[in-house]
Amino acid sequence: MQKPKSENNPNPSLVVRIRRTISFRLQHGDRIWQVLTVGMAVVILVLMLAIGLLLWQRSDIARAQFGWSFLKIGGELNWDPANGLFNSWPFIYGTLLTSLISIILAVPMSVFIAIFLAELCPKWLRTPLSLLVELLAAIPSVVYGLWGIFIFLPVVVTPFGNLIGNTLGAILGPDNLFAGPISASGASRLAAGLILTIMIIPTITAVTRDVFLAIPASQREASLALGATQWETIWRVLIPYGLSGILGAVILGLGRALGETMAVTMVIGNNAQSTLSLLQPGYTMSSVIANEFAEAVNELHSQALIETALVLFIITLLLNLIARVLVWRVSRRTPQEARA
Amino acid sequence: MSTITSSHSRRSATTYINPANGYNRRKTINVIMLVLTGLLTLLALVPLFWIVSYIFIKGSQYLTPSFFTQLPRPLGMPGGGVLHAIEGTLLLTFLSALFAIPPGVLAAFYTAYHPQTPLGIAVRFGTDVLSGVPSIVIGIFGYALIVKPQGHYSALAGGVALAILMVPTIIRTTEEMIKLVPQSLREGALALGSPEWITSFKVTLPAALSGIITGFMLSIARASGETAPLLFTALGNDRFEIGQLIRGGIQNKDSILTILGKILDQPVDSLPLTLFKYTQQPYPERVNQAWTVALILMGLVLLTNLIARVWVIIRTSSN
Repeated sequence: MQKPKSENNPNPSLVVRIRRTISFRLQHGDRIWQVLTVGMAVVILVLMLAIGLLLWQRSDIARAQFGWSFLKIGGELNWDPANGLFNSWPFIYGTLLTSLISIILAVPMSVFIAIFLAELCPKWLRTPLSLLVELLAAIPSVVYGLWGIFIFLPVVVTPFGNLIGNTLGAILGPDNLFAGPISASGASRLAAGLILTIMIIPTITAVTRDVFLAIPASQREASLALGATQWETIWRVLIPYGLSGILGAVILGLGRALGETMAVTMVIGNNAQSTLSLLQPGYTMSSVIANEFAEAVNELHSQALIETALVLFIITLLLNLIARVLVWRVSRRTPQEARA
Repeated sequence: MSTITSSHSRRSATTYINPANGYNRRKTINVIMLVLTGLLTLLALVPLFWIVSYIFIKGSQYLTPSFFTQLPRPLGMPGGGVLHAIEGTLLLTFLSALFAIPPGVLAAFYTAYHPQTPLGIAVRFGTDVLSGVPSIVIGIFGYALIVKPQGHYSALAGGVALAILMVPTIIRTTEEMIKLVPQSLREGALALGSPEWITSFKVTLPAALSGIITGFMLSIARASGETAPLLFTALGNDRFEIGQLIRGGIQNKDSILTILGKILDQPVDSLPLTLFKYTQQPYPERVNQAWTVALILMGLVLLTNLIARVWVIIRTSSN
């Protein structure tokens, strides 16, 4: 703004010169701003790639030594750091089993809760209830673990595990998925699965509730006008309509269950032995890393753990891709259907 | 829609013979299912109250002022506190916010205004992936990136690991909030000749600020409760005391930078890390203290969350 005045003056005063410089710099701040924003955007991308690359690079000896046998299914004692034997199957099994339990239990519950929050509960109750469910998601996982060890395991998991072991486990014969007995402390894959269930319910519920809230009212009205009951409307119209969104929510919850570390480490019993049963103590990929990495006996051991982290990273990456495609399909489809 | 019509035609025979029959059944199912949803909602909230009440009851037994002001004492000696963990948590949270917020906000400005460019799409995808990376993997990454080359565990490494964990949330919430600011505000400022970066700082950012700060609070609350990324980065250090470091530095007539370097360069503890370690020990005394640590941690995390969320509710309902 000062420019025209100062240009007429052959010898501008110091103040004017400073002002001119500042205004010049201000205009050219855009260049810096652009570089900064683009630069930071690139940094985020680089970060994502760097995680994968560094894990890949730092597990080179383990990868060269074991190859695909690192992921081989089955075997007796697969993980023996003292003798340099590493096969991460027991941990992959532990992760898959505990996540599967949590998904099987959490998905129906979360969908029901989301239905209640979005469709049924009075409006004044919706906000406080949603808030409580979200607070459940905010509790740190170590706190879940602490509560799990001292309260949840003895009070719920041990009796429940004994019940399963004595009925299903006894019927199916030796060495099956439900073979008991559960340890006195209750530490087992079942315990980890149940804790994970509690932890992922809020995640799945929150997203599913938003999916229900986003469904156009015309869908409900049309169904109700045809004489369907409220439940039939929910079951036959709203759930099919929001299915992709709900699937996205499930995948989000699954991602959380797969990666959850602390609570699982605290209740799963930490046992590298390859056993089948739900009621036995085990390990998940994340809990074996948490428990052994700091005390790795040698370079190969820590490399094997880094490779386990790499496997976990790739699994979550694939899940994210699937979720992304699902969400993309929903966001592409919904406007058209809303118009139709 | 088609499913309903087909199910009606399937059942039409019975309905035709006795309309009341099928109707009653449908009504009963309706009531049962609707009640079930309410019951399950209550069931899901049971753990929340169970956890909170237990932590309150068991944790408050050891909650004394000295618990906040003293370092842990050796086992067998009564008293002692978790000052090291409180200071460590504050330090780590501060560091992670420092590392995560400026890059996150800048990247969010890019993605908010360039959603369709290849870089914008890639960054959005990258943010999604990054937010899905398990925290333990980020811990390993922090170890390989900083701890291994440096040769020792440090607060700095812990702060970086937590920052990586926070950044996706910060980008996403900031981006959403920037997008909510009316385009006309920005255009108005640009039309008046304001450079883009001043427009962003003085027009867009203030307009979106309350929402952005909510996002900061939620991600900070999450980071302050995380343990897994710190296991192999910050490691833990039950003799950590910032006050002592500063006093020692002043006595040695060190410069501020040296003192700061000393603080950042050594392993630190945090509340969740201490909680985890105490539960792994077979001493009842430590376990009792773990409940108190849990109480402090929960107080910190839940209060931050509650404030942020209630603020959002108030703000959105007043609009």
